[in-house]
Amino acid sequence: MPVLDPQDPGQQGRAIISFDGVSKIFPSRKDSAEVKAVDNIDLVVPEGAIVGVIGKSGAGKSTLIRLINGLEQPTHGKVTVDGLDIGSLDEKALRQARRSIGMIFQHFNLLSSRTAFDNIALPLEIAGTPRKDIKGIVEPLLDMVGLADKRDRYPAELSGGQKQRVGIARALATKPKVLLSDEATSALDPETTAQIIALLKQINADLNLTILFITHEMSVVKKLAQRVAVMEGGQIIEQGTTYEIFSKPTHATTKRFVGEVTGGNVPEWLQSKLLADYAPGRQAVIRIAFTGADADEPVLSRLTRAYGVDFNIMHGQIEYVADHPFGTLIASVAAEPELQAKLIADLTATRNTVEHLGYVA
Amino acid sequence: MSPELINMILWSTLDTLTMVALAGIFGTLAGLPLGIFLATSRAGELFPAPNVNRLLGLVVNATRSTPFIILVVAIVPLTRLIAGTSIGTSAAVVPLTIAATPFIARVIEGAIREVDQGLVEAARAFGASPLQIVWKVLLPEAMPAVTLALTLATVSLIGYSAMVGAVGGGGLGDLGIRYGYQRFMPEVMATVVAVLICLVQGVQSLGDFISRRLDKRTRHS
Repeated sequence: MPVLDPQDPGQQGRAIISFDGVSKIFPSRKDSAEVKAVDNIDLVVPEGAIVGVIGKSGAGKSTLIRLINGLEQPTHGKVTVDGLDIGSLDEKALRQARRSIGMIFQHFNLLSSRTAFDNIALPLEIAGTPRKDIKGIVEPLLDMVGLADKRDRYPAELSGGQKQRVGIARALATKPKVLLSDEATSALDPETTAQIIALLKQINADLNLTILFITHEMSVVKKLAQRVAVMEGGQIIEQGTTYEIFSKPTHATTKRFVGEVTGGNVPEWLQSKLLADYAPGRQAVIRIAFTGADADEPVLSRLTRAYGVDFNIMHGQIEYVADHPFGTLIASVAAEPELQAKLIADLTATRNTVEHLGYVA
Repeated sequence: MSPELINMILWSTLDTLTMVALAGIFGTLAGLPLGIFLATSRAGELFPAPNVNRLLGLVVNATRSTPFIILVVAIVPLTRLIAGTSIGTSAAVVPLTIAATPFIARVIEGAIREVDQGLVEAARAFGASPLQIVWKVLLPEAMPAVTLALTLATVSLIGYSAMVGAVGGGGLGDLGIRYGYQRFMPEVMATVVAVLICLVQGVQSLGDFISRRLDKRTRHS
């Protein structure tokens, strides 16, 4: 399943993280049955890439990310990070390996008793870095995340975005090769989320640091990921470049996630008005997804001229995914069933994805 | 009040302070590691040893449920062995320490269990060893609560120390019973009670102050 494609923007380098038939089964307890949190997963993260894993809560993504730094051990299969088989390491070697795998968290997990500076210094103290060298590492990191003036502030005095910046600087203190992000923007407002995403992209570009993040928000995937894996029920149900996933989602769950961002999901007011059958006077409702080169083609005007029909645009949105325009339009058209079939055939002949949703009176 | 009486009250106060301080120090030396262990040794925790945890928990509960005055009498042989006598201030330190240790262990366990597990996970993710997690994360983060816990323990010790007076320990309780009660000198009893109230008040205020200074969780710029 994991195929390295040289044309793929997310696969610049060799695999730095790989999952090889990995399962994680939590044994049954008194009050709960056995749980297959991760079910036979194959996944390759190329060096220098930003890979997003999206799924609903309970899909197994938290367990997946914790298998990478050995906070969980696989029941079956092998997790390799930078050539090291994580499952084969003893406690001491595992602690050593974790220093090259940074991690940031949804709730930041900063020590309330330490200032920003001292929080960033913590992994260095743990790694046994000499006290005199710590300042020279922490201060450039504070600069990099834009918190030089907050160096002596305690977490309680910082905003959510600032706390996450401290978290990022702390994760980078030991110069890791990989950064794991566990829902790092889920507790932040949209504006702060955008800033943190920009910071992560900049770090990825400047340090060639591989980033693997998990999220339940497709908007974060859209802005941050080069490659995406969609998880459900412990399995990866679909993976590919972000553009592939957005333009041609195949699985229903993926379609729903993509629809959240692209406006492809039918709005509720329209959903309630949709009728299943045609009757004279009813208009057909179609959804057109514009992708790639077709996104700038004037499809509706062309059809209007060719068939002499009028489109009523009911819902639409244009997004940019991996720098490609990506649009969705829901429109109704007054047309007899034969004409409808012609219109849909014509639209489908272009590379747009067309779907007949129903009718409105 | 005669100068001798005042002198006696001063000496008794000093005795009480000595007993409380020594029992507090020994109790913390034993109770702190015990409390840390109790807070980190259930299944799946930093030092998993669920059976030892359960056993120690039982011992701690048994000690805590024994009324102090009975504990004092019950361990007289042990007190003799350690202090060389079962009467007086230094002898009283033994039962006080034995009563204080499980109490301190339990309150410190509570303080450490309050620390957000996310911090433990973060520290593990950085490659911290279990001991480093205790020293660098759990204890510093629990410090405000630990301070309050030790304050509570000290206040209890002041109360216990007055009780050992009943069985021949020194200090303010001894003075209160021998002079205030047995010789019926209400002014002595009143003074003893007043001094005890001041001690408890002083210890509590000091503890609250230190805890507030250590607590960075609610400070705002």
